[in-house]
Amino acid sequence: MPVLDITLKDNALIMIHSLFLINNAGDLFLEKHWKSVISRSVCDYFFEAREKAVEPDNVPPVIRTPHHYLINIYREKIFFVSVIQTEVPPLFVIEFLHRVAETFQDYFGECSESTIKDNVVIVYELLEEMLDNGFPLATESNILKELIRPPTILRSMVNTITGSSNVGETLPTGQLSTIPWRRAGVKYTNNEAYFDVVEEIDAILDKSGTTVFAEIQGVIDACVKLSGMPDLTLSFMNPRLLDDVSFHPCVRYKRWESERVISFVPPDGNFQLMSYHISAQNLVAIPVYVKQNISFFETGSSGRLDITVGPKQTMGKTVEGLVVTVHMPKVVLSANLNATQGTYNYDPVTKILVWDIGKLNPQKLPNLKGSLSLQSGAPKPEENPSLNIDLKIQQLAISGLKVNRLDMYGEKYKPFKGVKYVTKAGKFQVRT
Amino acid sequence: MLNHRFLCRNEDLKEMLESNKESLKLEAMKRIVGLIAKGKNASELFPAVVKNVASKNIELKKLVYVYLVRYAEEQQDLALLSISTFQRALKDPNQLIRASALRVLSSIRVPIIVPIMMLAIKEAATDLSPYVRKTAAHAIQKLYSLDPDQKEHLIEVIEKLLKDKSTLVAGSVVMAFEEVCPDRIDLIHKNYRKLCNLLVDVEEWGQVVIIHMLTRYARTQFVSPWREDAMFDENNEKAFYDSEEERKVEQTKPYIMDPDHRLLLRNTKPLLQSRNTAVVMAVSQLYWHLAPKHELSIITKSLVRLLRSHREVQYVVLQNIATMSIQRKGMFEPFMKSFYVRSTDATHIKTLKLEILTNLANEANISTILREFQTYVKSQDKAFAAATIQAIGRCATNISEVTDTCLNGLVLLLSNRDETVVAESVVVIKKLLQTQPSQHSDIIKHMAKLFDNITVPMARASILWLMGEYCEHVPKIAPDVLRKMAKTFTNEEDIVKLQIVNLAAKLYLTNSKQTKLLTQYILNLGKYDQNYDIRDRTRFIRQLIVPNEKSGALSKYARRILMAPKPAPVLQSAFKDRDRFQLGTLSHTLNSQASGYLELSDWPAVAPDQSVRNVEVVEPKFYSDSEEEEEEEEEGSSSEGSSSSSSEESVSESESEENSDDSNKSSSSQSEKSSSESDSEKKKKTLKNKKLQQQKPDILIITYLPPQIMQKTLLLIIMTKYILIHIVLSISTQFFVNCMCSLLHLCVFLACQFDVVSWHVHVSLQASSPVFVPETSHELLHRMTGKGLSAQYRFTRQPCIYGNSMVSLQLTLSNSSDQALENIHISEKSSTGQNIHRFNAIGERHTTKEDEFSVSIQPAVGELLLPITMSEADFTKEQGNTNTSYWHADETPTNRPIHFSVCISRFAGKTVSSGSLVLVSVALKDPDAVITINTEKTVIGSMLLRQFKTALTNSCP
Repeated sequence: MPVLDITLKDNALIMIHSLFLINNAGDLFLEKHWKSVISRSVCDYFFEAREKAVEPDNVPPVIRTPHHYLINIYREKIFFVSVIQTEVPPLFVIEFLHRVAETFQDYFGECSESTIKDNVVIVYELLEEMLDNGFPLATESNILKELIRPPTILRSMVNTITGSSNVGETLPTGQLSTIPWRRAGVKYTNNEAYFDVVEEIDAILDKSGTTVFAEIQGVIDACVKLSGMPDLTLSFMNPRLLDDVSFHPCVRYKRWESERVISFVPPDGNFQLMSYHISAQNLVAIPVYVKQNISFFETGSSGRLDITVGPKQTMGKTVEGLVVTVHMPKVVLSANLNATQGTYNYDPVTKILVWDIGKLNPQKLPNLKGSLSLQSGAPKPEENPSLNIDLKIQQLAISGLKVNRLDMYGEKYKPFKGVKYVTKAGKFQVRT
Repeated sequence: MLNHRFLCRNEDLKEMLESNKESLKLEAMKRIVGLIAKGKNASELFPAVVKNVASKNIELKKLVYVYLVRYAEEQQDLALLSISTFQRALKDPNQLIRASALRVLSSIRVPIIVPIMMLAIKEAATDLSPYVRKTAAHAIQKLYSLDPDQKEHLIEVIEKLLKDKSTLVAGSVVMAFEEVCPDRIDLIHKNYRKLCNLLVDVEEWGQVVIIHMLTRYARTQFVSPWREDAMFDENNEKAFYDSEEERKVEQTKPYIMDPDHRLLLRNTKPLLQSRNTAVVMAVSQLYWHLAPKHELSIITKSLVRLLRSHREVQYVVLQNIATMSIQRKGMFEPFMKSFYVRSTDATHIKTLKLEILTNLANEANISTILREFQTYVKSQDKAFAAATIQAIGRCATNISEVTDTCLNGLVLLLSNRDETVVAESVVVIKKLLQTQPSQHSDIIKHMAKLFDNITVPMARASILWLMGEYCEHVPKIAPDVLRKMAKTFTNEEDIVKLQIVNLAAKLYLTNSKQTKLLTQYILNLGKYDQNYDIRDRTRFIRQLIVPNEKSGALSKYARRILMAPKPAPVLQSAFKDRDRFQLGTLSHTLNSQASGYLELSDWPAVAPDQSVRNVEVVEPKFYSDSEEEEEEEEEGSSSEGSSSSSSEESVSESESEENSDDSNKSSSSQSEKSSSESDSEKKKKTLKNKKLQQQKPDILIITYLPPQIMQKTLLLIIMTKYILIHIVLSISTQFFVNCMCSLLHLCVFLACQFDVVSWHVHVSLQASSPVFVPETSHELLHRMTGKGLSAQYRFTRQPCIYGNSMVSLQLTLSNSSDQALENIHISEKSSTGQNIHRFNAIGERHTTKEDEFSVSIQPAVGELLLPITMSEADFTKEQGNTNTSYWHADETPTNRPIHFSVCISRFAGKTVSSGSLVLVSVALKDPDAVITINTEKTVIGSMLLRQFKTALTNSCP
C-alpha cells in the first residue's frame, strides 16, 4: 500500500489534536493542544457555521475545513470544538468531549465559562491526564481524582500558604487493576448505598390527546459509599419489563444475560449504574392530559390561547413541578394571559411562553387563558405551536419496575440501603 | 504601552521562577499555564521555566511539563537541557514518574532526540508496569510522526507489545499499530484470539480502536457469511493450498463460519450494552460488516437507544441508521415511531429522521407515515417543511399505490401561504407528473392558474417546463402563458428565462400558428440578454427550430430532439451509496474520504490459512467473567508459543492437522471449558484422537483459602515442555477477588524421583491410557516455611488440554494463617539459565510485605512420558532402528535374587515434550533382569535406567 504510506507520513496521526472552548458570544476562552500548535484561526470555519445555523443547536457537529475536521459539541452554553486531522470515529470524539464536560462538572460543581476560567490550571492538568497524544488516557473520575484532587476552598487556602500540591504522587491503583473505576482502600464510617430509579416518559400526543408515540426511558443512578471491595447484586421484581439496557462497565453482563440480576463492584461515589428502555410496545401510562385551544385570527393581528391541564393516569400520586412550555410562532409579539394557578412568562425575543404551574390539584384544574397579539400586517401563522410538558411524580416508577433486593458480598459490615423512585416527563410533546 | 506592561509582567514571572520559594514558583507556573490556555505567547520564559524541570514538587513539575511540551519545538536548543532529567526519571522506581517522563520526553518534538526516544520506548516496552508499557505504546505514535524512518524499529516494538497480556496496553498498542503499520495484518494473527477474549475488559476507548481494527482484519481473513457471496465463492478455484479432498468437501458443504469469526461476533456482542456510545456504534458497524444478515437485528435496539443521547450523538447515529435503512428496511421498521420528529429537534436531526422515515416507508406503513408527514409540512421550520415535501415525493414514486394520494395532497399544498412550501410542491409535482403525464392535465392547468402568484424562480421554471413538455395536453393555456411571459421576460431570473425560451421553442414546433410571432419576440429578447448562457441558448434554439440555409440537417429533427420523451427523474436517498464507507467512520459522516481512512477490503473468495491464528494457549478472562463460573482457567500465551507450535508441525502431517484442529476447538470453546475436572474430562474425550488419548498430563487445582469463609479456588494448569513448565493461574470466586490473576511462567529444573508403583503398572500392562493415577501429592511448600501458605502438587495424568507437549499438574494452595494472602504469584529465579519471565502482579502496590519462597517441582521421569500402543513386532522393529545409535542396555548388577518367573515386559512411550520414542523392555531372567531402553534422548534414557535399577533393587524382598 504505497499510497497509504505517503498519507501516513504526511500527517501527524493523532485522534484529537486540539481543543478550543468557545462561549455563546463567540469568544474563544481556552485552547489546549496535544501536539504542535494549530492556529486558532481554524475556528473561523466554526464561526461561519455557527452564524449560518442561527440557533446554537443547529450547528452541525462535524465541520469540514480544507485541512482539518472540526468536531464540536454544545453543552452548558459552551462549544467544545476539537480539531481532527485524520479519520477517526466521530462518536469517539463526541463521547470524549462530553466526558470532558462531565468531568468539569464533577470537579467544579458546574461546567461554565467562569468556573473553567477560575480553575484554568486544574482544567489544564485534567486535559493533560485525560488525553495523551490525542488518545484518551484516564477518563474515569475515580482515577482522575486520585491524580488531581478537586478544588475545595479549604484546600486551596491551605495550598497557598503551605505550597503543597493538588497533584497525586503515585499512580492511582485503579489505573492498573481490572476494575479501573474503583480505587482501593475506600473507608467510610457510615456505609450506605442509595439507588434512584428515574424514569422519563417520552411521548408525542396529537391534537385530540391520542398517543402518537410513547416510551419510557429509565436510569438507575447510584450513590454508593461503601468501604473496601463490596460486591453488590441488585435484583428486580419484574426484570422482564426491561426491553433494552446499557450498563456501567462495572456490571457483569453475563450475569444479567443468564439470571437477570445486576451484579457489580461499584465505583466509589455517584455514578449511573444502568439505563434502560421500556418499549413502545408496552402500554405507557400518560399521567396528564392537556386541553388546549390556540387560534390566530385572520384579521386584527391577534390570537387566543386557552390551556387546561388535568391528571390522567397518575397511579394515585401527586403530579408536581408541572411546567408547560410553548414555542410561539415568530409573529407573536406579546401575550396577555390569566393563569388560575402558577405564573406564566412570555419572552418576546426567544418567543417562548413558560407556564410554571407547580403541583397539580385534581379538584381545581389549572387553566391559562387570554389573548396573544401578533405583529400587525404579518400573515397569520400556519401552524399552531406544540406544547412541551415537564412534570415530576415522586415515589413512582411509571413502568412499574421494582427493585427486589440488594445483596452485598465480600465485606462483613451491614450497609444502609435505600431505593427511591421518581418519574419525570422526558421529551413530552403535545401537538396542536 | 500594552506591550510594555506585558513585558513587565513577564519580568515579574521570571523573578518568581528564580526565587527560592517553592510556592512562588508554583504560583508563577500557574499564571504561565493561564497564559498558554488563553493562547498568549509565553515562550520567552523558556530558560527560566526549564530550570525547574527537576523540581521535587510534583505539581510544579507537571506544570513545567505542560510548558515544555508546548514550547519545546520552538526552543529546541534549550529544550535539550531538560533531556537528562527525563532520562533519569525513566529509571525512577515510581511507575507514575517513569510514565510521565516518557510521556513528556516523547512529546518534545525535537528531531535530535530521536535516538534517545527510541531507546526509551524500547526500554519502557519491557517495563514491569503495564501503565508504563501503555505509555510506551503511545510514544510509538509520537516518535513515528516525528521521524517516519524509525518505522521498522517501531514495528518491532509494536510486535512485542501486541503480545502483551495486559488489558491496559491492548487498546494503545492497537492504536499504534493502526497508525504505524495498518497493513501488517500478519502481526495480528497470533494475537487475534487474545484480543477477542480480553476485549470486554479493555477500557472503553481501546475497545473502539480494537473493534475497528478487528473489523478490517476479519474482512481479509474470513469468507463472506452472506449467502449469495458464499455461493459465488464456491466456484472459485483459487484454493491452491487446500488438498484436493478438502476442496471437494468445501464445494459441496454449505457455508460454515470460521470459529474465529464466530468468536469475534460473540465476544463483541455484550459491548452493545456499553454506556459509551462510540463502543456501541463500533460493535454495530462490526456486525453490519461482518455478521450474517439474519443476526443483524440485535444491533437495532442498541442503535435506537443511542437516539436518547446528546444531540451530536444522535446526529452521527441517525446518519448511520439512514445508510443501513436503505439496504435493510426490516431492521428498523418496528422502531419507526422512534424516528418521529419533535418540534424541538435541531434541523439536521429532523432532516435525518425524515430521511429514515422515507427509507422505511412501504405499502403497509405508508398511510401512517403520510399522516405523520402532514404534521411536518405545517412545521414552522420552513426548510424542514420543504424537505418533507421532497420526502412525500419520494414515497409517491417508490410506492405506486399512494402516488395519486400524494399528488393530490401536494396539489392542496399549492394553495399554502408559504412560498417555500408551494415552490417545493411545484418542483416535486413536476417530477411526479413526469411519470404519468397524460392523466394529470387538470393538475397542469391548476398550476398554470397559480403561476402568477408564485415568485420562487425554481417553481416558476418548473411550471414552464411542464407547460412546454405537455403543451399538447393543455393546448389552450400554454400559448397564453407564453404571452404573459413575453411581457415579463426581462424581469425574470435566469433559470426562468431559459425555461421561457424552452417553452417558446416547443410551442413553436407544436403550435406555430399561434405562437410564431411570440417565439420570435422572445428569441430576440434572449439574443440581447446580459447572460451569455441565455444568449447561447437562444442562438442554438433559433438555429434549431427556424429552418434556414445555414441550419442544415439538424432542424429536420428539431421536433424529435425537443419533444423526445424524457425519462422520469429517480427520486432517491442522499444516503444511497454512503455504504461505500465503513459505517461509524468520519468519512461516512462526511460522505467523502477523510485522510487516513483505511478501506475495508472485500471478503476474500477463499479463506486464507486459518492455522495462522493458532496459539497453544488461550486467553485470560478477567473481571467480567469472574462471577460466571465456579472455577475458571486463566491462561496466557508464552513466549515459547511459536517454538512449540513448530515442533507440533514436525511430528507428522496428519497429527499436526489434528492438533491444530484441537487447539481451534479448545480456544473457541474455552468459555465453556470446564471448571470442574469431570467436566473437562468429558470435553477432552470429544477432542482427543487415538494418540492424544495416550497422553497422561495432569491438571492441578490450587485452592486458596483466605481467613474468611469465602473460598477462592484457583486453577492452575501447568504445562511442561522440555523442562520448562508454564503455570497459568486463574482465579474464580463467588466473590470478587482483588488480587487478580496472573500468568506465571515457571522454570523448573527437573530432578528425578522414581515413582515405583505406577511405573510397574505401566510397564506390565502397556496401557494406552493411565490405568493408575497415584493419589499421593508431593509437598511443594510447607506451611511453616511458607508463613501460612502451603502448597501441594500431584500428577493427575490427565491429558493436557492446552497442547500435547505439556504435562498437567494439580496444585493445591491453602492458607493456614489468619491473614488474607494476596497476589500469589511465582517469580522464579532459576539457576538453570532457562528462559525466565518474571511476572509482575496486579495490585503489587498494596502488598506491604513480600515473601518469597523458592520451591521446585520434581517430576519422575515417567511423568514426562506418554504411553503408546504398539504391536510387539513394531516394538522390535523400532528397537532395531534406534539400537545402533542410541541405546542403553545394561544388566542389573543385582546382588540379590529376584523371584520372578521369566518374562519380558515391554513399554512403549514417547516424551511429552518432543514426542521422541522411548522403548523400554525388561527381561526378567531369574535372578537377573535385563533392562533395555531405547531412546534418542540420552539424558532421559540414563535417568530412566538409574531409576529402574533402584526400583528393581528395592522391590526385592
